[in-house]
Amino acid sequence: MILAKTGNEAFAYAMKQINPDVVAAYPITPSTEIVQLFSNYVSDGEVDTEYVPVESEHSAMTACIGAAVCGCRVMTATASQGLALMHEMLFIAAGLRLPIVMAVASRSLSSPLNIHGDHSDSVASRDSGWLQFFCETVQEGYDTLIQAVKIAERANLPALVGIDGFILSHCQERIETLEDQVVRDFLGRRKPAYNLLDWRNPILVGPATLQDYYFEFKRSEIEGMNQVLPIIEEVQAEFGRIAGRKYPVLEEYRCEDAEAVVVLMGSACGTVRVAVDRMRAKGKKVGMVKLRVFRPLVHSLLKKSLVKFKKIGVMDRVDAVNSYGGPLFTEITSVLYDTDERPWVFSYVYGLGGKEFTPEDAEMVLEQVLTGKEDELVTYVGVR
Amino acid sequence: MFKLADLAKNKELFSHGHRACAGCGEALGVRQIMLAAQTTGLPVVTTMCTGCLEIFSSIYPHSAWQVPMIHTAFETSASTASGVEAAYRVLRRTGRLNEEIRIIAFGGDGGTYDIGLQALSGALERRHRFLYVCTNNEAYMNTGVQRSGATMFGAETTTTPVGRKGYGKKQFEKDLTAILVAHGIPYVAQGSPSFWNDLITKMQKALDTDGPSFINVLAPCRLGWAFPPEETIELGRLAVNTLMGWVSVGMLTPEKSRVVAICAVE
Repeated sequence: MILAKTGNEAFAYAMKQINPDVVAAYPITPSTEIVQLFSNYVSDGEVDTEYVPVESEHSAMTACIGAAVCGCRVMTATASQGLALMHEMLFIAAGLRLPIVMAVASRSLSSPLNIHGDHSDSVASRDSGWLQFFCETVQEGYDTLIQAVKIAERANLPALVGIDGFILSHCQERIETLEDQVVRDFLGRRKPAYNLLDWRNPILVGPATLQDYYFEFKRSEIEGMNQVLPIIEEVQAEFGRIAGRKYPVLEEYRCEDAEAVVVLMGSACGTVRVAVDRMRAKGKKVGMVKLRVFRPLVHSLLKKSLVKFKKIGVMDRVDAVNSYGGPLFTEITSVLYDTDERPWVFSYVYGLGGKEFTPEDAEMVLEQVLTGKEDELVTYVGVR
Repeated sequence: MFKLADLAKNKELFSHGHRACAGCGEALGVRQIMLAAQTTGLPVVTTMCTGCLEIFSSIYPHSAWQVPMIHTAFETSASTASGVEAAYRVLRRTGRLNEEIRIIAFGGDGGTYDIGLQALSGALERRHRFLYVCTNNEAYMNTGVQRSGATMFGAETTTTPVGRKGYGKKQFEKDLTAILVAHGIPYVAQGSPSFWNDLITKMQKALDTDGPSFINVLAPCRLGWAFPPEETIELGRLAVNTLMGWVSVGMLTPEKSRVVAICAVE
């Protein structure tokens, strides 16, 4: 079915089709609508979900953990301060290997308070052990949220699916949706290995684990994350067969013979596409590499792709205060360090707090990368 | 009234071999509670917050729990129980679980009076059906006896030391039981392992309550209260009877200050 939906509406609609067993959530701009709209589906009896309107995001994530341990398919949604408040519990969800799926309308972090889109919230959760997807369009958000359920359950790891706050969460797009039954058949039912409510086979979840075993648990969790990429690719292929839409983990846009490319995540990829087209029309050899999955970091794919280019601009919609370039920049320079080619890599930080990022800004960045004229370690795009 | 001879036949769902201090009031209380939990004839699933109980009952690869137990974080026993109860409800409603189960959440006074109060309040307001047991030893004993919102006026702790000017905690404890009553939940009680028959009766009432229930259990701590391990039960009894326990400095009058059950019908 073809529908006009904002990012939040598309997420809520996908959640209706997923029909999770439990949703526990707390309102926060700009993700509020996701669960607000979903509660209508609950109220109209269109889903079987037990909806828990908790008193904080901390309790939202905790209730999700409690329900997921009981074998349920569990979802939530949040943004910004809400994700920051959940921080403690994110690590616990991942450490317990629970496939909770969270829709995030990415937003900046206080202070100063700002409700608009950047990647500060998700990237601050980078080391929590969650899979992280960044979407370019509302369509991709809808498709990714459905895929994330299957990926998370196969990987036994939680997954975060981000759309940029307001830029996607509140902008309407034409999207193609699947039928409810198609989504439900695609996902099947969650098959957990353990269930807390199975009292005949009692389990202890979350024991104190000290010097003698902690490291082994963490190592096993890390290995779980290391093995996620093939699962993502498998699920994407399965999804492609039913939906006819495919999203590579790493997309190269007009990168053939490119001398300079930019790498980035999220909605600004659409903006950069326009800039690339304009510059290609002028005969300039530029392209874009879109990264859709931030965790697991697909370092082998990144390396394979990026060594082909002489100059690379890495664009972060978040700053890691006083680190050696933006968070994605440091990842990518690490990935490229042991290659013979060692391309030039430049760090750009743009669009914090929803600061407008126009095709002209993108052209400026591409032009700079192409000419290799960068004096500063980090270029802050468009800041006064 | 329960008979010890009958209770002794129940299974030890909180088994021996855990690492609590000798004479630990919390371990005694939890053992009695898990014996009492069987009097309903229904299986129980449990949650606990970080603290002494979690540390002494569940150091991997050992466990004292003969029932399902989940620990997530310090302030989260009630919110974890919310999730477990939501799962229970949806599985029952959709016909994927066909038996009744009772849920018990444990928290110490730090995890209940202080850092976990918001999560507890929210869970009660949402009317999840579970029993919350606060094992209250009136300070942060697990981290080494720091003052909590449950510590009494004048009590010496490692963060309210008696010195040339200091005389112990300068504030009164909060009356958590009254706060719980104010939530209008169907069952709120106070108990002590020193009055085991009373505690077990209250456990049974709480588990039979259709809705959230709460029991505040005084658990003398030999480390924090500084007494020999053989005196736990006696000290608990004295605390209740002489008003030196947690019921002494609250809104309760001396006439009512013996272990009181406060029941408000929703």
